[in-house]
Amino acid sequence: MKKLISACKGAYSAIIFLFLYLPIVVLIVLSFNESSSRAVWGGFSLKWYTALLENSSIRDALVNTLFIAAASAAIATVVGTAAAIGINSMRRLPQTLITNLTYIPVTNADIVTGVSLMVLFMFLSIPFGRVSLLLAHVTFNIPYVILSVMPKLHQMNKHSYEAALDLGCTPLGAIIKVVIPEIMPGIITGAILAFTLSIDDFVISFFTKGDGINTLSTVIYTAITKGTKLKNQINALSAVMFIVVLALLIVVNVRASKDARERERAARNRARHR
Amino acid sequence: MKKLVCLVLCAVLLCGLVSACSSGSKPTLKVYNWGDYIDEAVLDMFEEEYGVEVVYDTYDTNEAMYTNLVSKGDAAGYDVVIPSDYMISKMINEGMLAKIDVSAMENYSLIEDRFKNLGYDPNNEYSVPYMWGTLGILYNTTLVDGPVESWSVLFDENYSGRLFMMDSVRDSIGVALDYLGYSMNSTNDAELAEAEALLKEQKPLVLDYTGDEVKDKMIGGEAALAVVYAGDAITCINENSDLKFAVPVEGSNLFFDAMCVLETSENKELAEQFIDFMCRTDIAEMNRAYINYSSPQTEVVDALPDEIKNDGVQYPASEQIADSEVFVDLGEYVEVYNEIWNRIIFG
Amino acid sequence: MGRLKKKFRLSFVALPYTVYALIFILAPMVLIVVYSLCYQQGGGWELTLKYFEKFFDLSNPMYLRSLWDSVWIAALSTIVCLILGYPMAYILSKMRPSVRGMVSFLFVLPMWMNFLLRTFAWMTLLENTGVINTLLGHIGVGPVQFMYTKGAIVFGNVYNFLPFMILPIYNTIVKLDGMYLEAAGDLGANFSATFRRVIFPLSLPGVVSGVTMTFVPAVTTFIVSRLLGGKNALIGDLIEREFATGNWGFGSAMSVIIMVMILLMMGVMGRYEKEQSASGGLLM
Repeated sequence: MKKLISACKGAYSAIIFLFLYLPIVVLIVLSFNESSSRAVWGGFSLKWYTALLENSSIRDALVNTLFIAAASAAIATVVGTAAAIGINSMRRLPQTLITNLTYIPVTNADIVTGVSLMVLFMFLSIPFGRVSLLLAHVTFNIPYVILSVMPKLHQMNKHSYEAALDLGCTPLGAIIKVVIPEIMPGIITGAILAFTLSIDDFVISFFTKGDGINTLSTVIYTAITKGTKLKNQINALSAVMFIVVLALLIVVNVRASKDARERERAARNRARHR
Repeated sequence: MKKLVCLVLCAVLLCGLVSACSSGSKPTLKVYNWGDYIDEAVLDMFEEEYGVEVVYDTYDTNEAMYTNLVSKGDAAGYDVVIPSDYMISKMINEGMLAKIDVSAMENYSLIEDRFKNLGYDPNNEYSVPYMWGTLGILYNTTLVDGPVESWSVLFDENYSGRLFMMDSVRDSIGVALDYLGYSMNSTNDAELAEAEALLKEQKPLVLDYTGDEVKDKMIGGEAALAVVYAGDAITCINENSDLKFAVPVEGSNLFFDAMCVLETSENKELAEQFIDFMCRTDIAEMNRAYINYSSPQTEVVDALPDEIKNDGVQYPASEQIADSEVFVDLGEYVEVYNEIWNRIIFG
Repeated sequence: MGRLKKKFRLSFVALPYTVYALIFILAPMVLIVVYSLCYQQGGGWELTLKYFEKFFDLSNPMYLRSLWDSVWIAALSTIVCLILGYPMAYILSKMRPSVRGMVSFLFVLPMWMNFLLRTFAWMTLLENTGVINTLLGHIGVGPVQFMYTKGAIVFGNVYNFLPFMILPIYNTIVKLDGMYLEAAGDLGANFSATFRRVIFPLSLPGVVSGVTMTFVPAVTTFIVSRLLGGKNALIGDLIEREFATGNWGFGSAMSVIIMVMILLMMGVMGRYEKEQSASGGLLM
């Protein structure tokens, strides 16, 4: 009976995994197809990858994407961390107000965030281009940084900041030397989250990007809905992105589990010394 | 971990900044064109020959282009646009287009005379023809039975779930009006109500209201029939020889897309140079070969092999297009069209 | 007094964000509410309810119908995600910790692939001449029309949002104190009773956050419907189209309606949701 149950569990997991990975595998296989048709296997070829490398619109979009992601993540991390520290020490009413404001972009539908930012940019006559795109990305990134940092601030000993002040630290010094190191894991999580969300975003970029400026997502959208000649390159791009995401996640996870092991060891040592 | 993240962020930021700054100095020309409607290599050639930078962007329909220009105003910053006939006259009326000096253009004389001084720009003060063509039905010979000669196949239950209509207000409502025997520019409420009823009745048969993606789908054999422009039909036929194109017996829409300079452009001279460049024989031929629309440029047409000139699709004889209508600007009445189209798509 | 001063200074570092949030979070919301209630006539602005009247016009309920379609398609997608996802989350949480990390990693992976690429992949598979129909053709079946239907939209939603359902549920179950289960066992509860009375109620916060993370993007999507749904347009398409054709007033009105709907839903859901960081467990 136990065996049967565990076999069922295994089979169920396998089906779900098949469901999640089948389309990705198909795209990767097709990216090596010599023929541009997906119904016929024309032999192994790397020609779509060469075409991808030579495609300047995809290259430009990649540069834009990375730039916007890095810049918006950097800005969001700095402003968001400061905001979290500030909010955490606010009195009840302003704290509730700002926290609710922060939840708006997180809970709202992307399309509403997107069109409302578009309307705002037009209203303020901010030109559509890299700047509007950056502002939009910072807007939806900051809340995630704040939400990643907040729990760490709650866990932190409330008195260490005041202790630092009493020992003669300036407020800024206390924040940098005492508070920031304590909440560092939250800040890093927030930064990575912001970076990835920015890369992944389509809907908000779609409404706030300038004409002639594209991110990878919007270029992919154009290729899927319009181009006749780009689909095979998009297959190749999928394969490349899959590998990059895989590599990144492995690095992040290995690091994370190493950190965890080190923390455990440190905790054990401390316990032994006591 | 910390250092890694920092390092990556800094590196990316730096390379982004470098790329953002390096493109500041040269004069820039912003071109706004239909999607998939140019050989983009042409833009690189223009950049190189004139030492400028071209920012290129596309739209799906005349209406989308118009809305974008109106709502963004100066902020859009485009120099050159390529609207169709009826949209050009609308934009002229609203003062959105700048007069251009065709006498200064070396290659303007290469444009066939019958494409000059057309109704939408009677004195040819605002536009230079880029491409022209007809609207018709692209069909897959292995998937249809019987001849495709009339719009009626689009309303035939035998093709239920096997046809694509166009997601374009004027074109799709125009098809219905034409099939009913009315003018494609009708402003008669009763006629439009009939057209609406017809399109509503047709909706269950339609797979999708498409834009440019229809080309891919028809090449792949997704459906038996699709309403497309002649040039797109040729692109598809070149990829899949089962496909054929027909201009219906009822007549059709005859369209002209022409290059214009926007009133708000800050580079009018460069914009005119670009238009002139686009009329140059080698460039016009590159574009023609890439998009397969009918070129109004005499040297390009003369050099074409006979099988293209006589295929009846790209360069139809004048009796073939005698029944065809050119769209005209409907003024305020276009709102009625828009409302009808919304009701069909979302109804 | 001194302490008060310190407090004040520390909250001061939130000032840049507060200003930013007022301009870029609050102002846009206010703007679309304003646009939804005003229309420009001549030089001036006039207050109007005409956009809302147009949407709720019962003599021509096309907009309401499209909202209703969006809601039931999203609801069905969410339910399918829950039915498929809950058992998976449960199985996942009962795996050995060493395996668990690896397996949950495998769930996160496709989620970080670009959303459009994932949907595009299903186009490749589901089209009339797609991979699946080609294979079916070899064994003499079909072609079956999968695409251009409402079913295809549900399918696309389930595929795209399933991990968003599995992970929050997994996170709550895995943190469940084993003592509860032991206690239930000691008190004579069998598996189904333990599940019904202990595990499921305690995993509700995860279910709630999974449901919201699935339903909200599903109800407003215009990508999945456009790429997979053919002529079946949803409220997201409608909003996108209205803004693209310059009808800001009506587009804003529909955005406001969607926003109110989401807020109401959050209000109802919020009762069941304990404090949970929105990003909880998404990344690692």
